Amino acid sequence: MAAVDMTGVRKKDANVSDLVFKYMRPEHLPHIWCPGCGNGIIMRDVAQAIENLKIDRNNLVVVSGIGCSSRAAGYFDCSTIHTTHGRAIAFATGIKVARPELEVIVITGDGDASAIGGNHLIHAARRNIGLTVIVMNNSIYGMTGGQYSPTTPTGDYGTTAPYGNIDRPFDVALLAAGAGATYAAHATVYHVPQAIKLIQDGIAHKGFSIIEVADVCPTYYGRKNKKGSAVDMMRNQKENFVTAAQAHRTCRSRKPGKRP
Amino acid sequence: MAKELIINTAWCKGCGICAAFCPKGHLEVKNEKVREKEGTDCILCGTCELRCPDYAIYVQEKKEA
Repeated sequence: MAAVDMTGVRKKDANVSDLVFKYMRPEHLPHIWCPGCGNGIIMRDVAQAIENLKIDRNNLVVVSGIGCSSRAAGYFDCSTIHTTHGRAIAFATGIKVARPELEVIVITGDGDASAIGGNHLIHAARRNIGLTVIVMNNSIYGMTGGQYSPTTPTGDYGTTAPYGNIDRPFDVALLAAGAGATYAAHATVYHVPQAIKLIQDGIAHKGFSIIEVADVCPTYYGRKNKKGSAVDMMRNQKENFVTAAQAHRTCRSRKPGKRP
Repeated sequence: MAKELIINTAWCKGCGICAAFCPKGHLEVKNEKVREKEGTDCILCGTCELRCPDYAIYVQEKKEA
């Protein structure tokens, strides 16, 4: 939508909001994600958090790996790097060690962070490296066709789990906290202001911070598990997610289905 | 400053999230594109902008043409 003129100054089209124009590359938008995919909402949350913290884009690095979520690095207009599968945190560690003054944000998916890059995640948490890791957790491998991932809930279906997933899922934020992360949070794509606040606190936090955002994947996870449309999946989040304080008060076994 | 609702139909993928969570029921999806419903008023709350995954709908300050 925005064109680059001969002087290299971007022209603003009337059809893009100020926030998106400032932090993203509108010439690459609309993005490739499916209709109703929550990744776009999380990407806007991150942009809003950066805007609220007034971080200079010249001091900002966005690193991503491989997967649906990792396309986000291409859309952010700052220093971005799209790395190999699962190694986003390893690349980000190198950037942070070489240039500690930079703000490094890693945008990754559930498979990228906890399966292929699981070791990098726990060791970055153990070393308490000053990264902000944002995990777009859609509970499935979306880009490769709906295989079950380490965060697919027990009994849920994927293309490689036609009789239901037999394993217990990872709680990525708790996994990182167990490995020594000094800031770990859960958020959802429905609860936007809370997610922006948590991402903002995570970026401002000195040390390793991880924000696991429960995403919606209407195309693979939704269809395989009969969760309905993107709207139904977001309503489901509205009804079934509770705050951390509520989760501590009520025993999870008494309220099955409720998630912190 | 007055504000206005802007819809970029070229970017809209018709997921219907904005229409479902609009507190005034002001939006509807027709032919896979969102549009403003007639007979209801937009209160410029910006809920649609927060939840639009495609940045196709937003509220901004009115610019004098």
